[in-house]
Amino acid sequence: MIEIRQVSHRIGGTPILSDIDVTIPKGGITALIGPNGAGKSTLLGLVARLERLQAGRIAVDGLDVARTPTDRLARTLAILRQDGTVAARLTVRDLVGFGRYPHHKGWPGPADRDAVEEALEAFDLAPLGTRFVDTLSGGQRQRAMVAMTYAQGTDYILLDEPLNNLDLAHARALMQRLRGMADRHGRTIVVVLHEVNYAAHYADRIIGLRDGRIAAQGPAPEVLTEPTLSSLFGSPVRLGRVGEHTVVLHHA
Amino acid sequence: MRARFLWLGLGLLLASALFLTLGARGDWGFVLMLRGTRLLALLVVGAAMAVATVLFQTLSGNRILTPSVMGFDALFVLLQTMLAVTLGGFGLASLPAQIRFGLELALLLAAALALFGTLLGQSRPDLHRMILTGLIFGVLFRSLAGFLQRLIDPNDFAIVQSAAFARFNAIPADLLALSTVLTLAALGAAWSLRHRLDVMALGRDHAVSLGVDHRRTLLLALVVVAVLVSVSTALVGPVTFFGLLVAALAQLVLRDHRHAVLLPGAALVAGIVLVAGQTLVERVFHLSITLAVAVEFAGGLLFLALVLRSPAR
Repeated sequence: MIEIRQVSHRIGGTPILSDIDVTIPKGGITALIGPNGAGKSTLLGLVARLERLQAGRIAVDGLDVARTPTDRLARTLAILRQDGTVAARLTVRDLVGFGRYPHHKGWPGPADRDAVEEALEAFDLAPLGTRFVDTLSGGQRQRAMVAMTYAQGTDYILLDEPLNNLDLAHARALMQRLRGMADRHGRTIVVVLHEVNYAAHYADRIIGLRDGRIAAQGPAPEVLTEPTLSSLFGSPVRLGRVGEHTVVLHHA
Repeated sequence: MRARFLWLGLGLLLASALFLTLGARGDWGFVLMLRGTRLLALLVVGAAMAVATVLFQTLSGNRILTPSVMGFDALFVLLQTMLAVTLGGFGLASLPAQIRFGLELALLLAAALALFGTLLGQSRPDLHRMILTGLIFGVLFRSLAGFLQRLIDPNDFAIVQSAAFARFNAIPADLLALSTVLTLAALGAAWSLRHRLDVMALGRDHAVSLGVDHRRTLLLALVVVAVLVSVSTALVGPVTFFGLLVAALAQLVLRDHRHAVLLPGAALVAGIVLVAGQTLVERVFHLSITLAVAVEFAGGLLFLALVLRSPAR
């Protein structure tokens, strides 16, 4: 469970988040949606202690993120940010191997090596294991990063716009993998999504942010209504159905 | 990997053996004593510069940076110039080496820590701003030194000028003990940080997500850099591109991202370059060229090559 209590955040005097109070239950996929600049990335960064908490309290699985030692949190919570670049020149296997660092602190054992191979398999990266990350395509690199986050083996995984730079096939494959991680491995996944249709199909719960406040939250079908989405994005949105799927029409 | 280390080790052994024995005449005990001290000095300075550069490149996520860009060399020259102004050229030349070394070390260390200390107040340390700050101070120090040098007596100027280049030929032996202790302590600290540095190289967000205390590790490693740069600059004088040269060579030879490999590798390469270079300068060129200038020339060329080849890193 991720508990966010009365969290406000300012950057250079500009309020980014105001009085965020929300609970993300354990298990399943929670999607954070909302227009640009709504504060989704900042909220995710605060939960993952990438930004220092200014006001309020956040606890992940009962661990206060402001007080718990950072290496302890790294075994409960993993985050992947959207920039997706790696400064060092690494092979894919090395990069994924870094996901095990919180567990071995520089001394990888057989269990860590197994976990890395499993992560490579799970993300179809085994053939790319010896390739250097900077020679990969954007989609492959993104997959390698998510594999590293997966290899960290944490109960909570936060992903900031993981579908950036992915074409529709890779985006679908990634969302299916996330769904599998949530269903089969019981991971709790919080993901910032721009394309509402992915949220509609893959997320169990949706939290809508607008102007630094929670504008909507609840099980996906409750949030996915024409008035809620239209006011959330400030742009007319219609819903349709294709077979059993709800389709969000926001582009025409 | 092991084989490459072995080759580097053998290379250093060979260079050291040549340095100690080539062209030796007379009492062996005396020769080995004299040259052994200078060999140790070269190794200490080389390891300090190499490790400082590798650390700094990792922290800044940039393979063409060296801590020297932040104006330490300029500050060193400014100090020499100010000493010449206040004491006169003769006073500067006759200043006891220990006092001069102590002054240089204290000033450089204070300046480095003050510069790195600007990061303390920031919740998200902005390393690039710090580097730019150092760069600008470097320009200021250089201009001040240039201004003062125009005012002083030409004889004093010649003495300052000779101090403004690294002097690998005449490293004061009595200062070596202190320098060695300080450098070994800093190298030990760098070694203990090696795994965390591997993670730091991924960038801040990844490092935090993987449970490395980014701020703490950054500041700790910068203190190590400050000690290493101050000691080596105070001992031999300013060298700008040497660290860059050996760090790049070590990466080229070892092709590994792990600091457990990079740190000792760069130190070995630095030892080989300095010891072999000094042997060549003394025994082949009979001191007709200076090692500092040759190394800076090679390092400068390499810097240009690095800049032109890969704009991204």
